[in-house]
Formats: sequence, C-alpha cells, structure tokens
Amino acid sequence: MAKELGKSVLKGENITKVFGYGKTRTEAVKQVNFDFHEGEVISIVGESGSGKTTIARMILGLIGITEGTLLFNGQPRDISNGRKKKEYWKNIQAVFQDPFSSFNIFNKIDDLLLDCINMTGGKHKSDKEKFDMMTEACSFVNLKYAELTNKYPFELSGGQMQRLMIARVFLLKPKILIADEPTSMVDACSRATILDMLLKLRDEINMTIIFITHDIGLAYYVSDSVYIMEHGKFVESGPAEDVIIHPQAAYTKRLISDVPKIYGEWDLSTV
Amino acid sequence: MGKVMLEVKELKTKYVTRFKEDVFAVDGVSLKIEEGKSLGVAGESGCGKSTLALSLMGYYFAPLHYISGDIIIDGNNISGMKPDDVRRKILGTEIAYIPQAAMNALNPTQKIIRFVEDVIHVHDKGMSKKDIYDMAVERFRILGLPPEVLQKHAVELSGGMKQRTVIAISTILSPKVLIADEPSSALDVTSQKMVIKMMRELMEKGFIKSMIFITHELPLLYNVTDDIVVMYAGQIVEKGTAKEMVFDPVHPYSKGLMGSIIVPEEGTRDVQLEAIPGTPPNLKHPPDGCRFAARCKYAKPECKVYEVPEKDFEDGRMYRCIYDVDYLKEVYGRNG
Repeated sequence: MAKELGKSVLKGENITKVFGYGKTRTEAVKQVNFDFHEGEVISIVGESGSGKTTIARMILGLIGITEGTLLFNGQPRDISNGRKKKEYWKNIQAVFQDPFSSFNIFNKIDDLLLDCINMTGGKHKSDKEKFDMMTEACSFVNLKYAELTNKYPFELSGGQMQRLMIARVFLLKPKILIADEPTSMVDACSRATILDMLLKLRDEINMTIIFITHDIGLAYYVSDSVYIMEHGKFVESGPAEDVIIHPQAAYTKRLISDVPKIYGEWDLSTV
Repeated sequence: MGKVMLEVKELKTKYVTRFKEDVFAVDGVSLKIEEGKSLGVAGESGCGKSTLALSLMGYYFAPLHYISGDIIIDGNNISGMKPDDVRRKILGTEIAYIPQAAMNALNPTQKIIRFVEDVIHVHDKGMSKKDIYDMAVERFRILGLPPEVLQKHAVELSGGMKQRTVIAISTILSPKVLIADEPSSALDVTSQKMVIKMMRELMEKGFIKSMIFITHELPLLYNVTDDIVVMYAGQIVEKGTAKEMVFDPVHPYSKGLMGSIIVPEEGTRDVQLEAIPGTPPNLKHPPDGCRFAARCKYAKPECKVYEVPEKDFEDGRMYRCIYDVDYLKEVYGRNG
C-alpha cells in the first residue's frame, strides 16, 4: 500500500523518558525519533517492557517527557495548563487494551456519548440532533443505540465495550488515535471486526492511527509503517512490507520467526 | 490405525444456575483420539471450548453437572464417577489438565519440588522424597528446564518459565491424555514458542500419549495439532485434519473463522478480513434448527427449523450443515 504521505502531524525528536533516580534510575525510552503523517497507520511493535506504552503515554500527555521535543502540527506541543491540555486532547484520543476499565462505571452510556458531543462543541445542539449523532455513532460500530440507552458499561460484553470505545472516537473525530493493544483481550473474530472498523474510521475522517501492539501479524495487516522497539529504542522502522517481510535487524528477525506461520515452515529449533 | 486413547460419545453437560435456567454448554459432543495424536479445538469465546475441557476430565463440581454420554480413556469408562474417585484415580495418571493461567496456580510460599511431591503422593504414598527428587530432576532435564528450578519459589521464575514448570509438574506421572486450555495465550511470542516446543517434546518422548489443545489462535493450532475440530454453541460443527481445516473449510462458520486469520507472511496483507457478524447464541435457550443460522450468510428458512445431523464425507471429515459439500465449495469459489 504505497500511498502518498500527508503532512506531518506528530514528530518526536530525541525523546527520552527516565523513571526514578539514583539506583532505581531506568531509561524506559532512549532518544527515539519518529515522524507520523496525516492519515497514516503506524504500528509500534515490541515485547512487554520494551517501552512502547511509555511512548504512547508521553504522546497522550499523561506523563511528562524527560528530554526531547514533540512537535504537533509543526509546533512544539504545549500542555502547560489545564485548558491547553483539554485543547490538545480534542485532537488526540486513545483506545486502551482493557475495555472493562476504560469507562467510568458510574456513568450511563448515554452520558458517556453525550460527553463526547459536548466536548467537541456540540453543547448547544438540540436534543434531537444529539440523539441522531449518538444513533449514528452506534450504528457505525454495529451497535443499536436503543439497546444501550439507560445501561451501564458493565452490562455489555467485552467486544461490545471495545466497539463503544470506537463509537466515542467516531463522535470526537480526533486527528490522532492511539490504540494501545486494542485487540489483545478479544478473540480472533472480534479482532477482525474491530480492525475493520478502525480502518473504516481512518478513511472517513483521515486520522492518524498509532497501534501499540505485540502482535506482528496485526501490525503487518493494518499499518503503512512499522516501528520495532527493543529496550526503549527503535531497532528498525520503515514501510510494513519492508520491515516484516524483509527484516534487517537481528531482533526483528527473531521476533518474526517466533510467530506461528501457516504458509511457510515454523521453525521450532531456534528457541 | 493406532490404539484409541480417548473416546467421547454424545457427551452432554450443563451449568445449573439459580432460577432453574440451565446452560447447555456442551451438547452432544463426540470425539476420538488415537495414541500419539493431538486434537485442536477452535471456536469463539463463549462457544463451550473450556467447558468441554472441564467436562472431559470427568471432574464435575457445581455449577457444572454431567447429564449423559460416555468418556472412555484407554478402554476405561470414567463417566459418572464420583469427583473424589476421579481426583485419586484419574487426574494426573490418566488425564492432566492445564488451564490458561496455570502459572498463577503455584503457591508462592512453597518450593517447586513440593508441588511435585504433592502430585505424586496423591497416587503413590510410599515414594520417598529422594526418589521423587531424582525423578523430577531427570524429567526437567529432558524437557529442557534447568533442575535448579525445583529448589526455587514461584516468584523467582518468569511467566514463561512458570508456565513450563506447571506443564512439567502436571505431566510428571505420564498421563494418557493432556488437556491444554489456552496454555500460551497469556505469554509473549517467544515464551509461547518455548511452551509449544515443550509440548511437542512431551508427545515425541511419549510422556503423554495424546493431547487436546484448546485455543482461538488458529495459526498456532495449525502448527501444533494433527486434527482440528471447530466448536459452535456447544456442538462440533466441523472436523478434519489441520491442513484441510485451515485451507479448505466446509462449514460456513469454520470458513468465517479461517477468514479472520492474520499472519505476518508475504501476500496476506491484501486479503480482506472476514468477520462474522453478531455474537454466539445464548445457550440457556439454544435456537431451533442450525445454531449458526442467525449469523450465516447462506442461511435459508429451513435452516432455522430442522436440526442438522453430523454428516460424514471423504475419510474422517465431518460437518454439520444442510448444504452439500459441493454446493458450499461452489459458493465459496464464487465469493472468492
């Protein structure tokens, strides 16, 4: 899928994150550089503990950046106060791994979707308009709004909740979506549904999606470019076709050889 | 044809809930596994895979109840045995079971060797600690686990190591059937590969005589097992060898499952993923007729009326659909 890249929306220069100090000092992310473009699907692949979620959290502004600059739309990102932070979060949203802990359990689903509408400047819309927007968002993810109204999030199944997260994204229409292991808690069937929905959403509102995953098959299927991460550093990056089918770095080669294959031989002797 | 290790005939089990609404999670399952063979069970979440695993052990505790059917291990019918007898006579020697989060089963205050002693003492009270230790060291060495593990506590081991240790402990008495329920789902790819390699070794060295492997990850199943059955709503809808099932599925549900496979291999990127719409039916009130009809692209009105029997075709393959094989293949060919 070699397509023309849009303009750069998010650029990281020498980003470093250090946790702790003294004896417990750990460099979770070491001097990484990246450049994400409009409408691009990116995967950051790595094993547990490689620092991929730390990058996601830094991009989201949930934790600070120790060193380096993050450029959003060409400007250095500024989230120094609450209002600026809120402004930034209109442009960047996330879908997390565990749908069960992603919702406020005291809020009904209606409130949750209404919040999204209010946040994006729909506060003054009439009830009818709001209702139509919510219905549209639910039908986009194959849920029926009529069945969800007056329910609490824990009354839904895992797959339904994950789709509701996507309905939220549909209402918010962010520039960037970070999907942190969005399919690791669901089975292969729901995985296909969720991926198709995210890609459809990408086409609809031309957003950038950053997948954080350890599933190389998924990274290969969805992404335009792939970043492979080991111990806080990108060991290899580039178009998905090049990185996954013709890996150069030893780490990438090992990672790919560990995934079960169906067309080729799966070599068990290498562990 | 080898000796039949495990034979299951029309097994039915249910979960008894409050308000007298029973959930029929395994509804008429028949299986046969020969010596030295492994069988994979595939299906979505909630289609009865894990309940099947629990039912096959013959170890029933509330809310799971046995209704009817036979479980025959090496000529020995264990259905209807009391749970206590099952624990003493069957578990460990005839059948071993590895649940998904097996690594969390290790008591953090005990050394690994104590678990080995526990397992052996249930079946053979007279064995001395020295003998048990020697036996465990020998077995661990063959399986590629460092024997020092035996003197460690569970917290000192990594996730993958714990999982492999649990597998080694539960197969120490060389059971005839090993039931592995998602043994590698919680692990990263490298540890997963080590677990799979170890299970292959168990089979090759004859420490287990046959294996049932349950997972929803089809590429993994394809690489591990000889045969695959696909389960839907408590029933088996298709059975065949791993290769046939992955590349040439017949039942529309299997076809959908195989359409959701993602592997990082050349040329798989442009394939459109096929997702099956909807969710599995509620097993409190299983639908009439074909259970998959509500989600099936090819369903016709009759599908929702008549119960579909298991149909055999070619050798050893079985499917459960009212259409002929030739018709289904033609339809799939047309849709690409």
